Amino acid sequence: MPETLAYWQALNQALDAEMAADETVFVLGEDVGLYGGTYRVTEGLAARYGEWRVRDTPISENSFTGLGVGAAMIGMRPVVEITTVNFSLLALDAIVNMAAKIPFMSGGQFSMPLVIRMPGGVAKGLAAQHSQRLEHTLMNVPGLRIAVPATPQDAYWQLRQAIASDECIVLLEHELLYGATGDVDLHAEPPPLHQAAVRRSGTDLTIVAYSRMAQLALDAAAILGAEGLDAELIDLRSLRPIDWELCVESVRKTRRLLIVEEDCRFAGAGAEIAATLTERCFDVLVAAPLRLGGLDMPTPFNEALEAACIPQVADIVAAARRLCRPRGCT
Amino acid sequence: MEREKVRQMARDMLLARRFEERAGQAYSEGACGGFLHLYPGEEAVAVGVLHAAEPSDYVVSTYRDHVHALVKGMPPGRVMAELFGRRDGCDRGMGGSMHLFDRERRLMGGYAIVGETFPIAIGIAYGIALRKLAEAVICFFGDGATNQGTCHESLNMAALWRLPVLFVCENNRYQIGTEIHRHAAVTEIYKRACAYGMPGESADGMDVLAVHEVAERMLRAIRAGQGPQLLELNTYRFRGHSMADAGAYRPRAEVEAFKHLEPLRRVEHDLAAQTERLRGTHAALDDATLERLRDDVERIVEEAVAFARASPPPTLADAWDVFHAGRQQEVLVRAERAHA
Repeated sequence: MPETLAYWQALNQALDAEMAADETVFVLGEDVGLYGGTYRVTEGLAARYGEWRVRDTPISENSFTGLGVGAAMIGMRPVVEITTVNFSLLALDAIVNMAAKIPFMSGGQFSMPLVIRMPGGVAKGLAAQHSQRLEHTLMNVPGLRIAVPATPQDAYWQLRQAIASDECIVLLEHELLYGATGDVDLHAEPPPLHQAAVRRSGTDLTIVAYSRMAQLALDAAAILGAEGLDAELIDLRSLRPIDWELCVESVRKTRRLLIVEEDCRFAGAGAEIAATLTERCFDVLVAAPLRLGGLDMPTPFNEALEAACIPQVADIVAAARRLCRPRGCT
Repeated sequence: MEREKVRQMARDMLLARRFEERAGQAYSEGACGGFLHLYPGEEAVAVGVLHAAEPSDYVVSTYRDHVHALVKGMPPGRVMAELFGRRDGCDRGMGGSMHLFDRERRLMGGYAIVGETFPIAIGIAYGIALRKLAEAVICFFGDGATNQGTCHESLNMAALWRLPVLFVCENNRYQIGTEIHRHAAVTEIYKRACAYGMPGESADGMDVLAVHEVAERMLRAIRAGQGPQLLELNTYRFRGHSMADAGAYRPRAEVEAFKHLEPLRRVEHDLAAQTERLRGTHAALDDATLERLRDDVERIVEEAVAFARASPPPTLADAWDVFHAGRQQEVLVRAERAHA
């Protein structure tokens, strides 16, 4: 029986379920314990599991993330919370040089059952240092897996699957999604962690998006539908690996591709998606794939400029119209 | 100390030296490439500390890791084959000289980004503490690593949560080409421990028995749950930083002076006397014993080279196999969709 949960509550329940089931699971990060987590994701866990399994850390991102790596090497299942994705830049050595490479460099002797959770994205007036989207940085690292849940149900499923996995999985959570609510079935069988989802079926164009942009694209698709433009929306759910089969299937059907990402467009996730899908669908495409992404600048503090910096529903609608215009029209 | 233990330590000192000399020769002959950071001069550190360790203790090493691996018990052939980049190396040829791993023997890897051993060590120690086990982690690092942020971050957390780590500074006075007085405001590394309320001691890293004595005492306390400790061992590398480094930045007089402290000579001559002093009754390691050890070591190292040479190079298929070991997601996505 599904229940209505906020995104943060779904994550909280996922942690609770995994910690109850497996004593090797522990969480650590800044303010995850007594404070209950900056976005309430670890609320109540310290009281239930004690300080050794819900560990408040000093402000030492590289070392407490590296602590998670070391613990994972002896069979623990650490869930590291990095308060925001912006701080992960201080932990890139632990993530990129250690977690992503140890299983390989050791000739497969060690697995890396480590989860690194990071809230991120453009929120509300947090300015350039707290408004980054760094998926492009992590996508280019062999040895990492990146999940990008857009719904409370996926947040619940993907966090549980990430904890159960023997690989290092980075969970990119969006700060503006924590309060979003949705139906969560705690007992349903989840799809594979990295399988993309068709959020809306359509025949005129394929919109590929992820995280919060998948929600915005869904709103845009409804508007387009009312105009008679039938968009198919794919929520990637995972950025590494990407479920290419589903994307190819969809683009081969609609023959038009619009990619929506919140990250800066230059050398971003959209570039990889556009390139690969062009390679695989070039023969059927009736228009060049279109990428809608963040502007190539640090995020401004000013509210109006901040909004102008990333795709909005109206931008997605406009881009879809442009993509679907008959050839030769300007 | 038992005579047999002294003999084994002497044997490991000799093996360490011979293995590294032979590896350097193989490198010069082009049999192995990449970086090759050799250990001569520092043998008393690895041998003294690791002979004080239990098999259940974990070791986290740096890029200068061959001797740590050998003394922890990895077969020399597996080490040499990894230096050669061969399939029978400990990492199947995927890690190389700077990244020796042996899960079974709890060698938790050599790390080639300076300062990485600290967080790895406290992570292992956190797992030990959470499981309430009487085990310890030995975290090696050089003097140069003490200026990385991870040193401060990790020592703080280790002390805060009383994690079972022995932090061992192999202080060879140089971060590659920069002498310690030019890279550290406080050159006595052990003094930094007091900033974390952690016991810190310094010992002669050219004297294997002195190293062993202090390491054994510290490890016993650490396994008993008394929290982390820091041990600074003052040593010197007789060669350059790596095979690519002739070491021209060091005054000849300094190198010669440190060579008078040759730890192997102390094994061969002083060890016997020291053993006598320690126990009073044990027979010294006589010349015949030492000669036998030298012969054994020579044979072992040549066998290691032969083993490495005979091992085939890994294929790209091996590399994908290693990369996908336990990493089924891409396959999984495809397979599940095919079934859907």
